[in-house]
Amino acid sequence: MPQTAGTLDSQQKTTSRRPAGTLYRGNTGMWSWVLHRITGVAIFFFLLVHILDTALVRVSPEAYNAVIGQYQTPIMGLGEVALVGAIVFHAFNGLRIILIDFWNAKYQRVLFYVVIGLWVVTMLGFAPRHLINVFSH
Amino acid sequence: MTSTIEAPRSPYTRSTKKSGVNWEKWGWIYMRVSGVVLVVLIFGHLFVNLMIGEGVSALNFAFVAGKLTNPFWMVWDVIMLWLALIHGGNGMRTLVNDYATSRISRGILKVAILVSVVALITLGTLVVFTFDPCPAGAPADLVASFCKSL
Repeated sequence: MPQTAGTLDSQQKTTSRRPAGTLYRGNTGMWSWVLHRITGVAIFFFLLVHILDTALVRVSPEAYNAVIGQYQTPIMGLGEVALVGAIVFHAFNGLRIILIDFWNAKYQRVLFYVVIGLWVVTMLGFAPRHLINVFSH
Repeated sequence: MTSTIEAPRSPYTRSTKKSGVNWEKWGWIYMRVSGVVLVVLIFGHLFVNLMIGEGVSALNFAFVAGKLTNPFWMVWDVIMLWLALIHGGNGMRTLVNDYATSRISRGILKVAILVSVVALITLGTLVVFTFDPCPAGAPADLVASFCKSL
């Protein structure tokens, strides 16, 4: 029954891996969205902690220096690379979302690779310098 | 005799109330406007605190005192505080709406987000504007050098 087979084929086409009309299902559109959410949550919880630790300047110089000293340890130094990596991705991908919304959505895929490229360049500028500051003290 | 049959699967229509603010639209706009400003403010913050000089190793009470006695950095930090917390709180609200399945858990989580954001905006703003760079009785080696001339 070739007719039935043809119908099944066309139905499978409508549930294809790249449905029309959405950027956010599958491939770069979806994974950039997933990463945007994960980095956003991580940055939010860091922000809560960071405001509390900075508020210690209002308690005493000793209290603030004790907690900022923790930020200068090797393990936290590596954590700061991860934090800055999350912030830089969220920042560049956020600008990509704005360009998709206000300029042209058809460039979303190439813009994702621009985001990744800018992220690599920024992290190459940041990570070595930061790690030297952390591990040479 | 004729009877009216509703069209199957009639399209979803929004309520046609004329008045009222579309808060979701303004939230959507806020995320984009504050996002652009935050890219500048946070990249600047990270550059000055982590890249210049010895970076994170140079941070201490005296460093913060130098920044929080400068009106430029006070304004910078307070704008960054307000924009970032509201941006983050609204983002977390979006996730709660997406992933918290019961009405009660959504309510509890969104109240918790609101309380955290309001408390930390209040705390952070008070810290910036009531900061004392030279607290009485503080050891001279922990405070900024300009405290000696007081």
